[in-house]
Amino acid sequence: MALMSLSEAIRLHVKDGMSVALEGFTHLIPFAAGHEIIRQGIRGLHLIRMTPDLIYDQMIGAGVADRLTFSWGGNPGVGSLHRLRDAVENGWPVKLEIFEHSHGEMAAAYTAGAARLPFAVMKGHSDNDLAAHQSGRTTKMDCPFTGASVTAVRAVNPDVTILHAQKADRAGNVLIEGIVGAVKEAAFAAGKVIATVEQVVDDLGAEKNAVILPHFLVSAVACVPGGAYPSYAMGHYDRDNSFYIAWDDIARDREGFTDWIAAHVTGVADHRAFLEKLGVVA
Amino acid sequence: MSYTLDEMMTVAASRQLKDGAVCFVGIGLPSAACVLASRTHAPNLVLIYESGTVETAPEVLPLSIGDGELAATATSVVPLPEIFSHYLQGGRIDVGFLGAAQIDRFGNLNSTVIGPYEAPKTRLPGAGGAPEIATHAKEILIVMRMSKRGFVDSLAFRTSSGHLAGNGERKTKAYPGHGPQALVTDFGILRPDAETDELVLTELFEGVSAADAVAACGWPLKVADNPGRVAPPTETELETLRALNARTKTAHAAKVTLSLN
Repeated sequence: MALMSLSEAIRLHVKDGMSVALEGFTHLIPFAAGHEIIRQGIRGLHLIRMTPDLIYDQMIGAGVADRLTFSWGGNPGVGSLHRLRDAVENGWPVKLEIFEHSHGEMAAAYTAGAARLPFAVMKGHSDNDLAAHQSGRTTKMDCPFTGASVTAVRAVNPDVTILHAQKADRAGNVLIEGIVGAVKEAAFAAGKVIATVEQVVDDLGAEKNAVILPHFLVSAVACVPGGAYPSYAMGHYDRDNSFYIAWDDIARDREGFTDWIAAHVTGVADHRAFLEKLGVVA
Repeated sequence: MSYTLDEMMTVAASRQLKDGAVCFVGIGLPSAACVLASRTHAPNLVLIYESGTVETAPEVLPLSIGDGELAATATSVVPLPEIFSHYLQGGRIDVGFLGAAQIDRFGNLNSTVIGPYEAPKTRLPGAGGAPEIATHAKEILIVMRMSKRGFVDSLAFRTSSGHLAGNGERKTKAYPGHGPQALVTDFGILRPDAETDELVLTELFEGVSAADAVAACGWPLKVADNPGRVAPPTETELETLRALNARTKTAHAAKVTLSLN
């Protein structure tokens, strides 16, 4: 593990055309890292995330991705992700190829990926129309022991998984507290792991059952306080639900969105400047 | 006390929840119904959200499925893959709440797309956990406002399984859960027919006629002989719900500030 700046970590590990998972389920979404990818003008990414959320709406609208693996693409409690929809419905700014799953399938695919298994097994019975669009990713098979029908879900192994967490120690062990989503599985499934953290400390002070990504799993740690905003970091700041509500208007049309990205992401040096621009720094 | 249709729907949904049930909750009206139930007739209701928060007791309703309030008030927070494998697939969930853009007469749901999948007219958010909830929860409770666009003869896309083609197909295919047992609409409640599994209007809200519901539904809606009446919200239900909504509104508008090191 190496402690470095976020821009260095992205420049070193995220290249055009890679498959990249920025995980964190509602909580600890790595917004700062997503914005840095936009700032560096990286293109042709295959983005992977259970819930694309605002961060992928921003990245897709900014044109960094041409493929998306996901399982639920809305603005939670608010409505549509307008940029995601525009890319899928109209190909703006880039035609987006989608690889769609249910949450259960994505969770299983990461879990298999973490264990370096070729696929995961789920209890069958899900008769839906999605299966017809999952060629090469899901299939029905018979249990080799009982003959019962089960569903095989191909493992997901991102080139890079990026996550945000509360703390890292100087060796690069990363502590995640609160809602962890499928972050641990997505990290173990990846080729490289980049973690942004609220703080770097001498001692994590963690319980023995805590969720800790070991230093030998993590390629880079960058200290980025506020790095999950407008998502949140339990113990540090709350989810800015008012921003999630406001995003609906910002992202509704292409021009308003493009202006917002220019003013708040590409037009600022780093995440600190983004937060200051929004006036959310106490 | 006068009340809105939204309040009536929320109260009607909350009354479907039995005390002690383990309930898989969604955001929006389902959250309101569950928290209302736990603060009125069902104090031992166990609320689980797919974000991994087990046995939560939120003071304010979450905007997202993983708001900090859910984690802070939970007995435990588990990794998301465990929620789907151990809790849902493992058969530990009694009631799952679902909604969608479209529903058919057998309670199958579409939350994926309107128009062709490859060239969609309207791209909806997608499946989320709905297919697994619909399959594995012991029973499903659905809340949707009735409209011709939403209550359709034939789904544009099936995201989650209800009673499939009816007549016991779900049982024949050995689904672990029993599928949709109640559909709360803005006219009243539909329940599956014991033989055909078709959703039938069995109870009406006050001031609504069966003919109103039939006219609003996109399929030829069947009405039970002598449909019952859903009692209007009680004063306690309304006061509890309104206080909850007021707290929620204030919380969601609160300014967030960060103290950076």
